Amino acid sequence: MSEMIKNDRDFVIPGDEIINSMNYLPGRNCFREGNSIYSKRIGLVSVRGRVISVISLSGVYAPRGGDMVIGRVKDIHSAGWVVDINSIGEAFLPLSGVREFIDTTKTDLSKFYAVGDVIYAKIGHANSHTIHLSMQDPRARKFRSGRIVEMNPAKVPRLIGKEGSMINVIKDKSGCRINVGQNGLVWFEGEKEDLVADAIRIVERDAAMDGLTNRVSSMLNGKELR
Amino acid sequence: MKRKDGRKPGDLRPVEIKAGVIEQADGSAMVRMGRTIAMAAVYGPREMHPRRMQKSDRAFLKTIYRMAPFSTTDRCRPGRSRRSQEISMVTREALEPAIFLEEFPKTGIYLFIEIIQADAGTRTAGINAASVALADAGIPMRDLVTAVAAGKVDNEYFLDLEYKEEEETAADLPIAYMPRSKKVTLLQMDGDLSVKDVKAVMQMAIKGCEIMYEKQKQALRERWETRPKEAGREARPAEPAKKPAVKEAKPPPSPKGDSRGKSAKSIKTRKKE
Repeated sequence: MSEMIKNDRDFVIPGDEIINSMNYLPGRNCFREGNSIYSKRIGLVSVRGRVISVISLSGVYAPRGGDMVIGRVKDIHSAGWVVDINSIGEAFLPLSGVREFIDTTKTDLSKFYAVGDVIYAKIGHANSHTIHLSMQDPRARKFRSGRIVEMNPAKVPRLIGKEGSMINVIKDKSGCRINVGQNGLVWFEGEKEDLVADAIRIVERDAAMDGLTNRVSSMLNGKELR
Repeated sequence: MKRKDGRKPGDLRPVEIKAGVIEQADGSAMVRMGRTIAMAAVYGPREMHPRRMQKSDRAFLKTIYRMAPFSTTDRCRPGRSRRSQEISMVTREALEPAIFLEEFPKTGIYLFIEIIQADAGTRTAGINAASVALADAGIPMRDLVTAVAAGKVDNEYFLDLEYKEEEETAADLPIAYMPRSKKVTLLQMDGDLSVKDVKAVMQMAIKGCEIMYEKQKQALRERWETRPKEAGREARPAEPAKKPAVKEAKPPPSPKGDSRGKSAKSIKTRKKE
Protein backbone atom coordinates (compact mmCIF):
# COMPACT_ATOMS: atom_id res chain seq x y z
CA MET A 1 0.00 0.00 0.00
CA SER A 2 2.99 2.22 -0.01
CA GLU A 3 3.19 4.92 -2.60
CA MET A 4 6.85 4.57 -3.44
CA ILE A 5 7.74 6.94 -6.24
CA LYS A 6 11.39 5.97 -6.08
CA ASN A 7 12.42 2.51 -4.98
CA ASP A 8 15.31 1.22 -2.93
CA ARG A 9 18.66 1.84 -4.69
CA ASP A 10 17.10 4.33 -7.14
CA PHE A 11 19.10 7.37 -8.14
CA VAL A 12 17.75 10.70 -6.87
CA ILE A 13 18.71 14.33 -7.13
CA PRO A 14 17.83 17.16 -4.74
CA GLY A 15 14.07 17.76 -4.65
CA ASP A 16 13.12 14.35 -6.02
CA GLU A 17 10.03 12.95 -4.36
CA ILE A 18 10.75 9.54 -2.89
CA ILE A 19 7.45 8.62 -1.29
CA ASN A 20 4.07 10.16 -0.65
CA SER A 21 3.07 8.67 2.66
CA MET A 22 2.98 9.51 6.33
CA ASN A 23 3.83 5.91 7.22
CA TYR A 24 7.52 6.53 6.62
CA LEU A 25 10.10 8.74 8.27
CA PRO A 26 12.73 10.89 6.61
CA GLY A 27 16.26 9.76 7.51
CA ARG A 28 19.65 11.06 6.47
CA ASN A 29 19.72 13.44 3.50
CA CYS A 30 15.93 13.53 3.30
CA PHE A 31 13.25 15.94 4.36
CA ARG A 32 9.51 15.99 4.63
CA GLU A 33 7.26 18.55 3.06
CA GLY A 34 3.54 17.99 3.30
CA ASN A 35 2.88 14.28 3.03
CA SER A 36 5.93 13.53 0.94
CA ILE A 37 9.55 12.75 1.60
CA TYR A 38 12.10 14.31 -0.70
CA SER A 39 15.81 13.88 -1.25
CA LYS A 40 18.20 16.62 -0.23
CA ARG A 41 21.15 15.38 -2.21
CA ILE A 42 22.39 13.42 -5.15
CA GLY A 43 22.45 9.82 -4.07
CA LEU A 44 20.79 6.45 -3.86
CA VAL A 45 17.58 5.77 -1.98
CA SER A 46 17.83 3.43 0.96
CA VAL A 47 14.75 2.02 2.65
CA ARG A 48 15.31 0.46 6.06
CA GLY A 49 12.02 -0.47 7.64
CA ARG A 50 10.07 2.72 7.91
CA VAL A 51 13.04 5.01 7.50
CA ILE A 52 13.83 6.47 4.11
CA SER A 53 17.31 7.84 3.64
CA VAL A 54 19.60 8.75 0.81
CA ILE A 55 23.17 7.52 0.52
CA SER A 56 25.09 10.49 -0.72
CA LEU A 57 27.36 10.15 -3.75
CA SER A 58 29.20 13.43 -3.45
CA GLY A 59 30.04 16.12 -1.01
CA VAL A 60 32.46 17.13 1.65
CA TYR A 61 33.10 14.68 4.48
CA ALA A 62 30.61 15.11 7.33
CA PRO A 63 32.30 14.12 10.58
CA ARG A 64 30.72 11.45 12.76
CA GLY A 65 31.77 10.35 16.21
CA GLY A 66 33.98 7.27 16.20
CA ASP A 67 35.28 7.68 12.66
CA MET A 68 39.02 7.41 12.07
CA VAL A 69 40.36 10.29 10.02
CA ILE A 70 43.66 11.53 8.71
CA GLY A 71 44.49 15.14 9.38
CA ARG A 72 47.30 17.61 9.36
CA VAL A 73 48.17 19.76 12.34
CA LYS A 74 47.56 23.37 11.45
CA ASP A 75 48.13 25.24 14.67
CA ILE A 76 49.02 24.71 18.31
CA HIS A 77 47.00 26.30 21.09
CA SER A 78 47.61 26.27 24.82
CA ALA A 79 45.15 23.45 25.29
CA GLY A 80 45.64 21.37 22.17
CA TRP A 81 46.08 21.23 18.45
CA VAL A 82 44.04 22.51 15.54
CA VAL A 83 43.84 19.86 12.83
CA ASP A 84 42.73 20.16 9.24
CA ILE A 85 40.71 17.04 8.46
CA ASN A 86 39.43 17.95 5.03
CA SER A 87 35.94 18.59 6.31
CA ILE A 88 33.51 21.44 6.79
CA GLY A 89 35.58 22.98 9.56
CA GLU A 90 38.80 22.44 11.38
CA ALA A 91 39.00 19.88 14.15
CA PHE A 92 40.48 20.29 17.61
CA LEU A 93 42.60 17.75 19.39
CA PRO A 94 42.51 18.70 23.07
CA LEU A 95 45.19 17.68 25.55
CA SER A 96 42.66 15.34 27.09
CA GLY A 97 42.58 13.47 23.82
CA VAL A 98 46.21 12.45 24.11
CA ARG A 99 47.05 9.21 25.85
CA GLU A 100 49.47 10.56 28.43
CA PHE A 101 49.38 13.40 30.90
CA ILE A 102 51.02 16.58 29.64
CA ASP A 103 52.12 19.36 31.95
CA THR A 104 51.76 22.40 29.73
CA THR A 105 53.98 24.51 32.00
CA LYS A 106 56.95 22.25 31.32
CA THR A 107 56.29 20.76 27.92
CA ASP A 108 56.43 22.20 24.47
CA LEU A 109 53.34 20.86 22.74
CA SER A 110 55.13 20.71 19.41
CA LYS A 111 57.20 17.82 20.85
CA PHE A 112 54.05 15.75 20.52
CA TYR A 113 52.58 17.08 17.33
CA ALA A 114 54.20 19.92 15.46
CA VAL A 115 52.57 22.06 12.83
CA GLY A 116 52.53 20.07 9.62
CA ASP A 117 52.50 16.66 11.25
CA VAL A 118 50.00 14.22 9.82
CA ILE A 119 48.05 12.15 12.30
CA TYR A 120 45.54 9.31 12.28
CA ALA A 121 42.94 10.19 14.89
CA LYS A 122 39.52 9.24 16.07
CA ILE A 123 36.65 11.69 16.05
CA GLY A 124 35.60 12.04 19.65
CA HIS A 125 32.43 13.96 19.23
CA ALA A 126 31.21 16.12 16.45
CA ASN A 127 28.33 18.48 16.12
CA SER A 128 27.70 21.31 13.76
CA HIS A 129 29.89 23.69 15.74
CA THR A 130 32.89 21.69 16.91
CA ILE A 131 34.78 18.60 15.91
CA HIS A 132 36.87 17.06 18.68
CA LEU A 133 39.56 14.51 17.96
CA SER A 134 41.08 11.92 20.22
CA MET A 135 44.22 9.82 20.06
CA GLN A 136 42.86 7.40 22.63
CA ASP A 137 42.45 4.55 20.24
CA PRO A 138 44.85 1.73 19.49
CA ARG A 139 44.87 2.70 15.80
CA ALA A 140 45.60 6.38 16.37
CA ARG A 141 49.15 7.52 15.66
CA LYS A 142 51.38 9.98 13.92
CA PHE A 143 52.60 9.22 10.42
CA ARG A 144 56.32 9.60 9.92
CA SER A 145 56.66 8.29 6.39
CA GLY A 146 54.58 6.78 3.61
CA ARG A 147 52.16 8.20 1.11
CA ILE A 148 48.72 9.71 1.26
CA VAL A 149 46.14 9.90 -1.50
CA GLU A 150 42.84 11.68 -1.50
CA MET A 151 39.61 10.13 -2.70
CA ASN A 152 35.91 10.92 -2.68
CA PRO A 153 34.79 10.40 0.94
CA ALA A 154 31.50 8.92 -0.30
CA LYS A 155 33.44 6.03 -1.85
CA VAL A 156 35.42 5.13 1.26
CA PRO A 157 32.97 2.40 2.38
CA ARG A 158 33.57 0.68 -0.98
CA LEU A 159 37.32 0.78 -0.46
CA ILE A 160 36.90 -0.94 2.86
CA GLY A 161 34.31 -3.41 1.57
CA LYS A 162 32.03 -5.70 3.52
CA GLU A 163 33.78 -6.34 6.82
CA GLY A 164 37.00 -5.09 5.32
CA SER A 165 37.05 -7.55 2.43
CA MET A 166 38.31 -5.08 -0.14
CA ILE A 167 40.96 -3.41 1.96
CA ASN A 168 42.23 -6.78 3.18
CA VAL A 169 42.69 -7.96 -0.40
CA ILE A 170 44.70 -4.86 -1.19
CA LYS A 171 46.74 -5.22 1.99
CA ASP A 172 47.47 -8.90 1.32
CA LYS A 173 48.38 -8.56 -2.32
CA SER A 174 50.49 -5.45 -2.02
CA GLY A 175 52.04 -6.15 1.33
CA CYS A 176 51.59 -2.51 2.23
CA ARG A 177 50.40 -1.13 5.49
CA ILE A 178 47.26 0.90 4.86
CA ASN A 179 45.25 3.25 7.05
CA VAL A 180 41.98 4.50 5.66
CA GLY A 181 40.58 7.79 6.91
CA GLN A 182 36.83 8.13 6.66
CA ASN A 183 37.42 11.67 5.44
CA GLY A 184 38.71 10.38 2.12
CA LEU A 185 42.43 10.35 2.84
CA VAL A 186 44.26 7.05 2.65
CA TRP A 187 47.74 6.48 4.01
CA PHE A 188 49.90 3.58 2.92
CA GLU A 189 53.49 2.47 3.13
CA GLY A 190 55.38 -0.46 1.73
CA GLU A 191 57.32 -1.66 -1.27
CA LYS A 192 54.41 -1.66 -3.71
CA GLU A 193 52.87 1.69 -2.99
CA ASP A 194 52.08 2.30 -6.64
CA LEU A 195 49.91 -0.79 -6.69
CA VAL A 196 47.88 0.50 -3.79
CA ALA A 197 47.46 3.89 -5.42
CA ASP A 198 46.22 2.23 -8.61
CA ALA A 199 43.85 0.01 -6.68
CA ILE A 200 42.37 2.99 -4.86
CA ARG A 201 41.80 4.79 -8.16
CA ILE A 202 40.05 1.76 -9.61
CA VAL A 203 37.83 1.35 -6.57
CA GLU A 204 36.94 5.01 -6.72
CA ARG A 205 36.19 5.02 -10.41
CA ASP A 206 34.25 1.76 -10.56
CA ALA A 207 32.68 1.96 -7.11
CA ALA A 208 29.25 1.12 -8.49
CA MET A 209 30.27 -2.07 -10.24
CA ASP A 210 29.66 -5.59 -9.10
CA GLY A 211 32.50 -7.99 -8.45
CA LEU A 212 34.92 -5.19 -7.80
CA THR A 213 36.87 -7.06 -5.15
CA ASN A 214 37.65 -9.84 -7.62
CA ARG A 215 38.68 -7.37 -10.28
CA VAL A 216 40.98 -5.49 -7.96
CA SER A 217 42.37 -8.76 -6.76
CA SER A 218 43.16 -9.96 -10.28
CA MET A 219 44.62 -6.58 -11.17
CA LEU A 220 46.96 -6.80 -8.20
CA ASN A 221 47.85 -10.37 -9.14
CA GLY A 222 48.62 -9.42 -12.71
CA LYS A 223 50.96 -6.76 -11.60
CA GLU A 224 52.66 -9.05 -9.20
CA LEU A 225 53.64 -11.49 -11.92
CA ARG A 226 55.19 -8.84 -14.06
CA MET B 1 6.71 38.83 -36.32
CA LYS B 2 9.43 36.31 -36.65
CA ARG B 3 12.32 35.99 -34.27
CA LYS B 4 15.83 36.74 -35.40
CA ASP B 5 16.94 33.15 -35.23
CA GLY B 6 13.65 31.64 -36.43
CA ARG B 7 12.55 30.30 -33.09
CA LYS B 8 8.92 30.17 -32.04
CA PRO B 9 8.01 32.75 -29.38
CA GLY B 10 7.90 30.13 -26.64
CA ASP B 11 11.13 28.33 -27.56
CA LEU B 12 14.30 28.31 -25.56
CA ARG B 13 17.63 28.71 -27.25
CA PRO B 14 19.50 25.41 -27.65
CA VAL B 15 20.45 24.42 -24.13
CA GLU B 16 23.43 22.34 -23.11
CA ILE B 17 24.20 21.57 -19.49
CA LYS B 18 27.17 19.62 -18.19
CA ALA B 19 27.94 18.85 -14.59
CA GLY B 20 31.40 18.32 -13.15
CA VAL B 21 33.46 20.31 -15.62
CA ILE B 22 35.97 21.76 -13.16
CA GLU B 23 37.99 19.08 -11.50
CA GLN B 24 39.39 20.93 -8.51
CA ALA B 25 36.01 22.23 -7.42
CA ASP B 26 33.74 20.25 -5.12
CA GLY B 27 31.01 20.76 -7.68
CA SER B 28 30.77 22.51 -11.00
CA ALA B 29 28.64 22.96 -14.08
CA MET B 30 28.60 24.56 -17.48
CA VAL B 31 25.44 25.92 -19.05
CA ARG B 32 25.13 27.01 -22.64
CA MET B 33 22.02 28.86 -23.70
CA GLY B 34 22.46 29.74 -27.32
CA ARG B 35 25.60 31.83 -27.44
CA THR B 36 25.64 32.52 -23.72
CA ILE B 37 27.98 30.28 -21.77
CA ALA B 38 28.23 30.27 -17.99
CA MET B 39 30.50 28.20 -15.77
CA ALA B 40 29.87 27.74 -12.08
CA ALA B 41 32.15 26.24 -9.43
CA VAL B 42 31.25 25.43 -5.85
CA TYR B 43 33.72 24.94 -3.02
CA GLY B 44 32.77 23.90 0.45
CA PRO B 45 31.08 24.03 2.85
CA ARG B 46 34.33 25.05 4.46
CA GLU B 47 35.54 27.59 6.94
CA MET B 48 34.26 31.04 6.20
CA HIS B 49 36.78 33.77 5.61
CA PRO B 50 36.68 36.59 6.51
CA ARG B 51 35.52 35.38 9.88
CA ARG B 52 33.29 38.35 10.47
CA MET B 53 31.02 37.13 7.71
CA GLN B 54 30.38 33.86 9.52
CA LYS B 55 26.82 33.32 10.60
CA SER B 56 26.43 31.47 13.86
CA ASP B 57 23.25 29.73 12.78
CA ARG B 58 23.82 28.94 9.13
CA ALA B 59 26.24 28.86 6.26
CA PHE B 60 26.99 31.87 4.18
CA LEU B 61 26.63 31.49 0.45
CA LYS B 62 29.40 33.61 -0.95
CA THR B 63 28.53 34.29 -4.54
CA ILE B 64 30.76 35.92 -7.07
CA TYR B 65 29.47 36.56 -10.55
CA ARG B 66 31.86 37.90 -13.10
CA MET B 67 32.22 38.23 -16.81
CA ALA B 68 35.35 37.25 -18.63
CA PRO B 69 36.98 40.20 -20.41
CA PHE B 70 36.53 38.39 -23.71
CA SER B 71 32.89 37.50 -23.14
CA THR B 72 31.43 40.48 -24.94
CA THR B 73 32.04 42.13 -28.30
CA ASP B 74 33.71 45.09 -26.64
CA ARG B 75 36.23 44.11 -24.04
CA CYS B 76 34.59 43.87 -20.68
CA ARG B 77 36.74 45.44 -18.00
CA PRO B 78 37.64 42.74 -15.50
CA GLY B 79 37.03 43.11 -11.81
CA ARG B 80 34.03 44.11 -9.82
CA SER B 81 31.53 46.47 -11.24
CA ARG B 82 28.23 47.83 -10.08
CA ARG B 83 26.50 45.41 -12.37
CA SER B 84 28.42 42.32 -11.31
CA GLN B 85 27.90 43.16 -7.64
CA GLU B 86 24.19 43.43 -8.19
CA ILE B 87 23.97 40.18 -10.08
CA SER B 88 26.07 38.41 -7.45
CA MET B 89 23.56 39.54 -4.88
CA VAL B 90 20.40 38.61 -6.74
CA THR B 91 21.92 35.24 -7.64
CA ARG B 92 22.67 34.56 -4.01
CA GLU B 93 19.18 35.52 -3.00
CA ALA B 94 17.69 33.41 -5.73
CA LEU B 95 19.60 30.32 -4.58
CA GLU B 96 19.47 30.69 -0.80
CA PRO B 97 15.85 29.57 -0.37
CA ALA B 98 16.70 26.26 -2.02
CA ILE B 99 19.67 25.38 0.19
CA PHE B 100 19.66 23.94 3.71
CA LEU B 101 22.10 26.55 4.91
CA GLU B 102 21.23 25.88 8.54
CA GLU B 103 22.97 22.50 8.36
CA PHE B 104 26.41 24.08 8.25
CA PRO B 105 26.59 26.89 10.77
CA LYS B 106 29.67 29.11 10.68
CA THR B 107 30.81 27.79 7.34
CA GLY B 108 30.91 29.30 3.91
CA ILE B 109 29.81 27.86 0.61
CA TYR B 110 31.79 29.52 -2.14
CA LEU B 111 30.10 29.90 -5.47
CA PHE B 112 31.88 31.37 -8.44
CA ILE B 113 30.05 32.10 -11.66
CA GLU B 114 32.09 33.03 -14.66
CA ILE B 115 30.45 34.16 -17.88
CA ILE B 116 32.66 32.89 -20.67
CA GLN B 117 30.51 34.22 -23.46
CA ALA B 118 27.66 36.69 -23.17
CA ASP B 119 24.68 37.03 -25.46
CA ALA B 120 22.02 38.22 -23.02
CA GLY B 121 20.54 36.16 -20.24
CA THR B 122 23.81 35.80 -18.37
CA ARG B 123 22.23 35.98 -14.96
CA THR B 124 19.74 33.26 -15.80
CA ALA B 125 22.47 31.07 -17.29
CA GLY B 126 24.55 31.78 -14.19
CA ILE B 127 21.76 30.69 -11.86
CA ASN B 128 21.10 27.53 -13.87
CA ALA B 129 24.77 26.63 -13.75
CA ALA B 130 25.06 27.49 -10.07
CA SER B 131 22.15 25.31 -9.08
CA VAL B 132 23.54 22.28 -10.93
CA ALA B 133 26.97 22.95 -9.44
CA LEU B 134 25.55 23.11 -5.92
CA ALA B 135 23.75 19.81 -6.39
CA ASP B 136 26.92 18.34 -7.91
CA ALA B 137 28.84 19.46 -4.82
CA GLY B 138 26.48 17.47 -2.61
CA ILE B 139 25.04 20.52 -0.89
CA PRO B 140 21.68 19.62 0.65
CA MET B 141 18.92 21.36 -1.28
CA ARG B 142 15.16 21.52 -1.22
CA ASP B 143 14.94 21.95 -4.94
CA LEU B 144 16.93 22.92 -7.96
CA VAL B 145 16.65 26.52 -9.07
CA THR B 146 16.02 27.28 -12.69
CA ALA B 147 16.02 30.62 -14.40
CA VAL B 148 14.82 31.90 -17.74
CA ALA B 149 14.04 35.38 -19.00
CA ALA B 150 11.13 36.42 -21.16
CA GLY B 151 10.15 39.72 -22.66
CA LYS B 152 7.80 41.62 -24.86
CA VAL B 153 8.72 42.74 -28.36
CA ASP B 154 6.12 44.53 -30.50
CA ASN B 155 3.09 43.11 -28.73
CA GLU B 156 4.48 39.63 -28.73
CA TYR B 157 5.93 37.68 -25.85
CA PHE B 158 9.26 36.03 -26.46
CA LEU B 159 11.02 33.53 -24.27
CA ASP B 160 14.77 33.50 -23.55
CA LEU B 161 15.83 36.59 -25.46
CA GLU B 162 19.18 36.91 -27.10
CA TYR B 163 21.06 40.18 -27.20
CA LYS B 164 19.71 41.48 -30.49
CA GLU B 165 16.17 40.85 -29.38
CA GLU B 166 16.77 42.31 -25.99
CA GLU B 167 17.72 45.59 -27.58
CA GLU B 168 14.25 45.87 -29.10
CA THR B 169 12.17 44.79 -26.14
CA ALA B 170 9.70 46.95 -24.31
CA ALA B 171 10.80 45.06 -21.25
CA ASP B 172 12.49 41.85 -20.32
CA LEU B 173 11.91 39.96 -17.19
CA PRO B 174 14.29 37.34 -15.83
CA ILE B 175 12.88 35.01 -13.23
CA ALA B 176 14.33 32.24 -11.12
CA TYR B 177 11.96 29.50 -10.16
CA MET B 178 11.93 26.41 -8.00
CA PRO B 179 9.96 23.95 -10.11
CA ARG B 180 9.02 21.46 -7.44
CA SER B 181 7.76 23.90 -4.84
CA LYS B 182 6.59 26.30 -7.55
CA LYS B 183 8.16 29.34 -5.99
CA VAL B 184 9.69 32.32 -7.72
CA THR B 185 12.97 33.35 -6.11
CA LEU B 186 14.07 36.06 -8.48
CA LEU B 187 11.94 38.53 -10.36
CA GLN B 188 13.46 41.52 -12.05
CA MET B 189 12.16 43.72 -14.78
CA ASP B 190 14.04 45.95 -17.11
CA GLY B 191 11.53 48.27 -18.81
CA ASP B 192 7.82 48.94 -18.53
CA LEU B 193 5.01 46.41 -18.77
CA SER B 194 1.35 46.47 -17.85
CA VAL B 195 0.09 44.10 -15.19
CA LYS B 196 -1.46 41.92 -17.83
CA ASP B 197 1.81 41.71 -19.73
CA VAL B 198 3.80 40.91 -16.62
CA LYS B 199 1.49 38.01 -15.85
CA ALA B 200 1.71 36.67 -19.38
CA VAL B 201 5.48 37.05 -19.53
CA MET B 202 5.90 35.35 -16.19
CA GLN B 203 3.74 32.45 -17.29
CA MET B 204 5.92 32.06 -20.31
CA ALA B 205 9.15 32.27 -18.33
CA ILE B 206 7.90 29.68 -15.85
CA LYS B 207 7.14 27.34 -18.71
CA GLY B 208 10.70 27.86 -19.88
CA CYS B 209 11.96 27.06 -16.40
CA GLU B 210 10.13 23.74 -16.44
CA ILE B 211 11.98 22.78 -19.61
CA MET B 212 15.25 23.94 -18.13
CA TYR B 213 14.57 21.85 -15.03
CA GLU B 214 14.43 18.69 -17.11
CA LYS B 215 17.76 19.56 -18.71
CA GLN B 216 19.35 20.17 -15.32
CA LYS B 217 18.11 16.87 -13.97
CA GLN B 218 19.38 15.12 -17.04
CA ALA B 219 22.82 16.70 -16.66
CA LEU B 220 23.10 15.52 -13.07
CA ARG B 221 21.90 12.08 -14.03
CA GLU B 222 24.46 11.82 -16.79
CA ARG B 223 27.24 12.61 -14.39
CA TRP B 224 26.22 10.61 -11.36
CA GLU B 225 23.82 7.85 -12.24
CA THR B 226 25.66 4.59 -12.23
CA ARG B 227 25.25 2.82 -15.45
CA PRO B 228 24.16 -0.77 -15.33
CA LYS B 229 26.98 -3.12 -16.09
CA GLU B 230 27.31 -2.89 -19.82
CA ALA B 231 29.23 -4.86 -22.35
CA GLY B 232 31.66 -2.08 -23.13
CA ARG B 233 32.93 -1.99 -19.63
CA GLU B 234 33.56 -5.65 -19.31
CA ALA B 235 35.22 -5.87 -22.69
CA ARG B 236 37.72 -3.25 -21.76
CA PRO B 237 41.31 -4.46 -21.62
CA ALA B 238 42.16 -5.76 -18.21
CA GLU B 239 43.11 -2.53 -16.50
CA PRO B 240 45.06 0.54 -17.41
CA ALA B 241 48.61 -0.48 -16.79
CA LYS B 242 49.60 3.12 -16.44
CA LYS B 243 49.59 5.34 -13.41
CA PRO B 244 46.31 6.93 -12.36
CA ALA B 245 47.30 9.90 -14.43
CA VAL B 246 45.22 8.66 -17.37
CA LYS B 247 42.98 11.62 -17.01
CA GLU B 248 42.22 12.20 -20.66
CA ALA B 249 40.78 8.77 -21.13
CA LYS B 250 38.11 9.19 -18.52
CA PRO B 251 34.57 8.10 -19.41
CA PRO B 252 32.02 10.93 -19.42
CA PRO B 253 30.36 10.30 -16.07
CA SER B 254 33.67 9.74 -14.35
CA PRO B 255 33.40 9.45 -10.62
CA LYS B 256 34.12 12.69 -9.01
CA GLY B 257 37.20 11.69 -7.11
CA ASP B 258 39.08 10.66 -10.24
CA SER B 259 40.64 13.99 -10.31
CA ARG B 260 41.04 14.71 -6.75
CA GLY B 261 44.00 12.85 -5.40
CA LYS B 262 46.45 13.14 -8.24
CA SER B 263 49.09 14.59 -6.02
CA ALA B 264 49.61 11.35 -4.28
CA LYS B 265 52.50 12.51 -2.19
CA SER B 266 50.83 14.98 0.08
CA ILE B 267 47.57 15.99 1.59
CA LYS B 268 45.99 18.55 -0.58
CA THR B 269 44.70 20.96 1.95
CA ARG B 270 41.36 22.33 1.06
CA LYS B 271 42.43 25.80 2.01
CA LYS B 272 45.03 25.91 -0.70
CA GLU B 273 43.80 28.25 -3.39
